[in-house]
Amino acid sequence: INHIVHNGGLYKRPFNEAFEETPMLVAVLTYVGYGVLTLFGYLRDFMRQWKIEKCQNATEREEQKDFVPLYQDFENFYNRNLYMRIRDSWNRPICSVPGAKVDMMERVSHDYNWTFTYTGRVIKDIINMGSYNYLGFAQNAGTCQEAAAKVLSQYGAGVCSTRQEMGNLDKHEELEKLVARFLGVESAMAYGMGFATNSMNIPALVGKGCLILSDELNHASLVLGARLSGATIRIFKHNNMQSLEKLLKDAIVHGQPRTRRPWKKILILVEGIYSMEGSIVRLPEVIALKKKYKSYLYLDEAHSIGALGPTGRGVVEYFGLNPEDVDVMMGTFTKSFGAAGGYIGGKKELIDYLRTYSHSAVYATSMSPPVVEQIITSMKCIMGEDGTTVGKARVQQLAENTRYFRRRLKEMGFIIYGNEDSPVVPLMLYMPAKIGAFGREMLKRNIGVVVVGFPATPIIESRARFCLSAAHTKEMLDT
Amino acid sequence: VQEKEELIEEWQPEPLVPPVPKDHPALNYNVVSGPPTHVITVNGKECINFASFNFLGLLDNEKVKSAAQASLKKYGVGTCGPRGFYGTFDVHLELEERLAKFMRTEEAIIYSYGFATIASAIPAYSKRGDIVFVDEAACFAIQKGLQASRSNIKLFKHNDMADLERLLKEQETEDQKNPRKARVTRRFIVVEGLYMNTGDVCPLPELIKLKYKYKVRIFLEESLSFGVLGEHGRGITEHFGINIDDIDLISANMENSLASIGGFCCGRSFIIDHQRLSGQGYCFSASLPPLLAAAAIEALNIMEDNPDIFQTLRAKCKRIHKALQGISGLKVVGESFSPALHLQLEESCGSRENDVKLLKRVVDYCMNGGIALTQARYLEKEEKCLPAPSIRVVVTVEQTEQELDKAASLLKEAAQSVLN
Repeated sequence: INHIVHNGGLYKRPFNEAFEETPMLVAVLTYVGYGVLTLFGYLRDFMRQWKIEKCQNATEREEQKDFVPLYQDFENFYNRNLYMRIRDSWNRPICSVPGAKVDMMERVSHDYNWTFTYTGRVIKDIINMGSYNYLGFAQNAGTCQEAAAKVLSQYGAGVCSTRQEMGNLDKHEELEKLVARFLGVESAMAYGMGFATNSMNIPALVGKGCLILSDELNHASLVLGARLSGATIRIFKHNNMQSLEKLLKDAIVHGQPRTRRPWKKILILVEGIYSMEGSIVRLPEVIALKKKYKSYLYLDEAHSIGALGPTGRGVVEYFGLNPEDVDVMMGTFTKSFGAAGGYIGGKKELIDYLRTYSHSAVYATSMSPPVVEQIITSMKCIMGEDGTTVGKARVQQLAENTRYFRRRLKEMGFIIYGNEDSPVVPLMLYMPAKIGAFGREMLKRNIGVVVVGFPATPIIESRARFCLSAAHTKEMLDT
Repeated sequence: VQEKEELIEEWQPEPLVPPVPKDHPALNYNVVSGPPTHVITVNGKECINFASFNFLGLLDNEKVKSAAQASLKKYGVGTCGPRGFYGTFDVHLELEERLAKFMRTEEAIIYSYGFATIASAIPAYSKRGDIVFVDEAACFAIQKGLQASRSNIKLFKHNDMADLERLLKEQETEDQKNPRKARVTRRFIVVEGLYMNTGDVCPLPELIKLKYKYKVRIFLEESLSFGVLGEHGRGITEHFGINIDDIDLISANMENSLASIGGFCCGRSFIIDHQRLSGQGYCFSASLPPLLAAAAIEALNIMEDNPDIFQTLRAKCKRIHKALQGISGLKVVGESFSPALHLQLEESCGSRENDVKLLKRVVDYCMNGGIALTQARYLEKEEKCLPAPSIRVVVTVEQTEQELDKAASLLKEAAQSVLN
């Protein structure tokens, strides 16, 4: 089903998203597959209980056997029976830079994935389609690394204090000014962890008596932040503007659920690119709705900053909109900048408020100096301020890679989700057996991919996800 | 429909954030130029650092820095992915093994942010309907973890075992009324080894007795006591001589003694393995940058090779604890072997704001005299039990005896001039 574009006039460029429905036969087979696995699971549990089969989990201490059990049996059912069989597709340890090609430590399992032993051999030069390395800044040589090495020898690795106490280094101030300039906002603030940025700042902005409208497929950090804030949460269908508008209308007209008092604030939480679907948010429509109903917009650009837009400024630039329309622009440095951490950008009053009242500024250690230096150098490179055009070239290379890869996969007949321009490419697999088989077969051909199934995706829609990078060359993609 | 349109027109939301007054004490940060080590340049002035939690002085250590440099050359800076998707490096696995061996437990798990460690560990085990007994003076990260877990929270007075026993007995009588429910509600006690807000230790031996009597599991948060207490720095279990298997989960952050970033949890495999699939800060977030993991490994090496630094640190703590007694107007809060002390006003001036202003003047006087101090910062509206405003004094191994004496005398002078 192709989504029809409403308000076509707001879009300055074609917006093609496609989410093909799963063919009926495949859906039935998938359910059958899961049914068989569940039956086998019960059978094996039964055998384990009657000690016919050996029980290989870790167990509780002898002295504590009469305590209330720590885990419910049913919770672990999925873990024991389904996850264990294909566990070797995840948590693969690597021992080199997570660039376009990686070296992976080989591991074998002699007892069906309950334990792994490392053979000590290293599989070299696996094409890496799994790391979030969009602009290829995960390098161990070059200007970024040299700058980071210098800062490391000068400042040390840690900071040992919080931002508000003694941890605010001059490097942090430099970084924040740079981020604000990059995004085109008044001011910005940086934090040590992307997940924590969301979960600690949403509670500082909204509280009881406020309404949060969040997309169906928002990331765990946004959901956790919304829950911790204590505000009422309502969910609208993924990227569906009619659903959002209906919720907004109802909220303003009816007010809070029992008291009918008007809401204090309404905050809309959306992401730039959704990592499991590969879809891009319909930002022009969201901004139009936000202005009409006087609510506030919180945009999480974890995957889209650096990856979209002609100069890598993210989804706001991709649509050609004004960054001042978005009230809170949040993003992470892990994906496109090859470092770690998160930031929030916006008006000066917002950032001043966050400097005083954010949980992270008061209680959490500030960012490590070499990481800060890596972000500063890579951001300057993308903006072109270091005098070369390497940054712009990388952004363009990523866009080309994306288009080429998607086109070729479609030609080969696979079902691909998501927007034409998003560098996250999910390829549908559906059947549980295929998940494990796909991962292992690709590894045999020296390609490392990421497969995801339940619970990160709906149960019949498991997929393999490719993350494209500017460092991938055409030959690598052809393989 | 006309009415609806009118309502929509009339509704005015609050501004997204209320304006912050320009002279709010937490708004203007101290800017530190250069590394925050023993001698620190704050706002342009060189001072001796009594404010960073760099207990073992490893922030500036050359071996640690060169190990991090080697890792930087091999891996670059970031890991570009969570642990599940090609974000697990051999340094992470090595660090987890080393930590487990050092603490003499079966397994350890690493998080990339200290705050997220305990805030993700608690909700992984304790769900809606479970009961958690927690000390009043628990730090904010624990409070956030408890809030995320949606369990029933019961606070007991700080370090008061009688109060805790009373709560446990009440819970027992509740259980007898409804035995079926009691069989599935899990119970936990969450305590800190060395409390950040008050500087004293928890009475662990009595807690162990209560654990077996009332069948409650213990989660121990050792952020300040890891690398400080105990003969070899293993924390409060070594300090009291308790078998480490008696504690269900020990959580600590590597940002204090190990001078790196991140945190870890250690315990038996039965407990730690669960976090690999259900710890939110572990599964949904990028892993620790390898250079920081390499720095932590090297710091662990140094800790294992020089076990006498812990004795030196404790001696220095005792010295300054004694020297700071008897300052008129300020009282010392904290044990004599705790490296993070608080100095609170003996008599409050009435409002918290005025107390904070007064303490700021003391801190400024000391900064002008060449000693860098800071006030302990809290989020006033969000803490469950807000501690009184105080100045934080941190002792590190690198401070010489003259510097300790100088700090004490400068604080005396400051208190004299500002408070009288």
